[in-house]
Amino acid sequence: MTDLVERDVAAVTPSPASSPGPSSAPKSRLRSEAFARRLRARHAAERRFRLAGAAAVALAALILLLLLGSIVAKGASAFWEARIRLEVTLDPAEVADRNYTAALRRALYAQFPQVTDRAGKRVLNDLLSSGAPYELEAMVAKNPALAGTTQTVWVRADDQIDQLVKGAYRRDLPETERGLSDAKVAAADALLASGALAQSFNTTLFTAGDSREPEQAGIGGAIIGSLLTLLVTMALSVPVGIAAAVYLEEFAPKNRWTDLIEVNINNLAAVPSIIFGLLGLAVFLGFFGMPRSAPLVGGLVMALMTLPVIIISARVALKAVPPSIRQAALGIGASPLQTVLHHVLPLAMPGILTGTIIGMARALGETAPLLMIGMVAFIVDIPRGLTDSATVLPVQIYMWADSPERAFTERTSAAILILLGVLILLNGAAVILRKIFERRW
Amino acid sequence: MSIQNQLKLRPRADDRPGQRTAAALPNKMTAHGVTVFYGAKQALRGINLDIQENRVLALIGPSGCGKSTFLRCLNRMNDTVEGCRVEGRIALDGEDVYGKAVDAVQLRARVGMVFQKPNPFPKSIYDNVAYGPRIHGLASGRDELDEVVQTSLKRAGLWGEVKDRLREPGTSLSGGQQQRLCIARAIAVSPEVILMDEPCSALDPIATAHIEELIDELRANYTIVIVTHNMQQAARVSQRTAFFHLGEMVECDDTEEIFTNPRDERTQGYITGRYG
Repeated sequence: MTDLVERDVAAVTPSPASSPGPSSAPKSRLRSEAFARRLRARHAAERRFRLAGAAAVALAALILLLLLGSIVAKGASAFWEARIRLEVTLDPAEVADRNYTAALRRALYAQFPQVTDRAGKRVLNDLLSSGAPYELEAMVAKNPALAGTTQTVWVRADDQIDQLVKGAYRRDLPETERGLSDAKVAAADALLASGALAQSFNTTLFTAGDSREPEQAGIGGAIIGSLLTLLVTMALSVPVGIAAAVYLEEFAPKNRWTDLIEVNINNLAAVPSIIFGLLGLAVFLGFFGMPRSAPLVGGLVMALMTLPVIIISARVALKAVPPSIRQAALGIGASPLQTVLHHVLPLAMPGILTGTIIGMARALGETAPLLMIGMVAFIVDIPRGLTDSATVLPVQIYMWADSPERAFTERTSAAILILLGVLILLNGAAVILRKIFERRW
Repeated sequence: MSIQNQLKLRPRADDRPGQRTAAALPNKMTAHGVTVFYGAKQALRGINLDIQENRVLALIGPSGCGKSTFLRCLNRMNDTVEGCRVEGRIALDGEDVYGKAVDAVQLRARVGMVFQKPNPFPKSIYDNVAYGPRIHGLASGRDELDEVVQTSLKRAGLWGEVKDRLREPGTSLSGGQQQRLCIARAIAVSPEVILMDEPCSALDPIATAHIEELIDELRANYTIVIVTHNMQQAARVSQRTAFFHLGEMVECDDTEEIFTNPRDERTQGYITGRYG
């Protein structure tokens, strides 16, 4: 038997008598002119491919920059608003009547002593926002001691004056083509010259609900509506989605039924979002009689829409956890549930979070299904609960984009910027969360 | 160097035939007619094998012969494989491990396992070892748990290397240290049997030597079944060896007998390197 082993060893050892002939032939071919030509062609092809790739990236970056640049250029001015300084004398009788318009007008006329006729006064009246009396009312409501005193206040200017200050109207055009009367331009210029008309940061844009008057319109209501909707979506789709993914991936037997479910989940992810809106209209509004335009229903519809996305991404993340971890846990007697909860799920968490936040970002930017359940509505009040009428950011953008006023154009762009900002925040949060969860291991 | 010569160089007092016979030791586990199917494919055919207490049983054989499958039947790890069906009877201390009274979770605590590739949890060294005692509630209180972790790491010969860095992740250790950590993790739940599925195949020779010494020491307290591709290793660490071929157990005998005087031609062919 020992011989046998030694014979085997001898057979494996390479024989020293092998000739150098066959190895020299390919060597010379590798040094030939034809080979060098082919090599040059291969390198050239590589360079071309890299160039094409870099060009594609550059083109994409350029288009993105162009898009963002145009939005920023149009929308940046919306973060400022024109306000007019007035010395308002608050007559106690008028305060009791809650008639603040008269006080404002008196203060304004005082700045233009030369204007006495009705037409001229009407021009001056139009300089102020129709919401200016409410600002004054809110001020007095906060501090009733102001009645009977004279106060310096900055009140909102009308949206046309606002746009004039921002340079949206061309002064060199004749009155009829400009869309703003010479009288108003002259009055506004006089105020500008005296420093009584100036721009300040536009808090209205963030705090107010929607309005017919652009200078009083804000996305505060839409942001709250989006938040409430997203809250419902998250509360439903995250636990249900993760639980479904864990069950399908870790516990469910692989048979025809689970195959069928898997195919259906994949199909659901590809269903156009408006279909989910129709479903919500038929089931939640039609059958269950839930309130129209409510964040609750919007959230339910969005949850149905994002569920497949979350399930699919969570399953991918669970699949990526190496089976050796499961075996290690099972091997020392962890139950299947302990294996999943203690080891598999924490390892899959970064991936699951990424998928979840992508789903949430999609829900945040979605409009179509909300059209069906009445969330496209003119809603002035800021929603206070899940069943209040509400609208959401993208829908607000859609509605403002439809408005003819110049001031709404810039506010549309500003709202887009804010929506983009929220999306960037969400994605940033995803990255940070992923980092935190990864660092733990 | 041939395996026979190696065996002669490293004689073991308690393994010499005649001094302590195999029959003298009680059987910890027994397998009768174990047959395994993966779907329609038959992986094992009627395996009969006795595993003696406080001894190392090596399972050898060419790739795909079913030795790992058999190993995974012993602690029902095959339960997790889709479409796997086990027939026959496997008993641990006389009790059928596939019986209704036996819970797979409890069985796996009693029959621990060490895998081919070191697979520490991506947690601290301490938590790796403490995980088993924690989930089984084997240690009451912090001090007792510390004690269990320390004892387990000492038994696995890792304490000296890691005692100052118990909070560092287990994955930061070298391959050989990771495998010893996995052994420490397995013995922390004080199992009766330890199954090792090619525990050294991913390790360098020095780490392998370390593990082999460890296996020899662990034999005093545990019954060990080891699958290995390396026949020298089987010869070095085991007292009993079973040769598997094409889903059958060809022969099982004292290790020295198998390597010096195999009864079956297939065994002889394999250990002399004619196939494998």
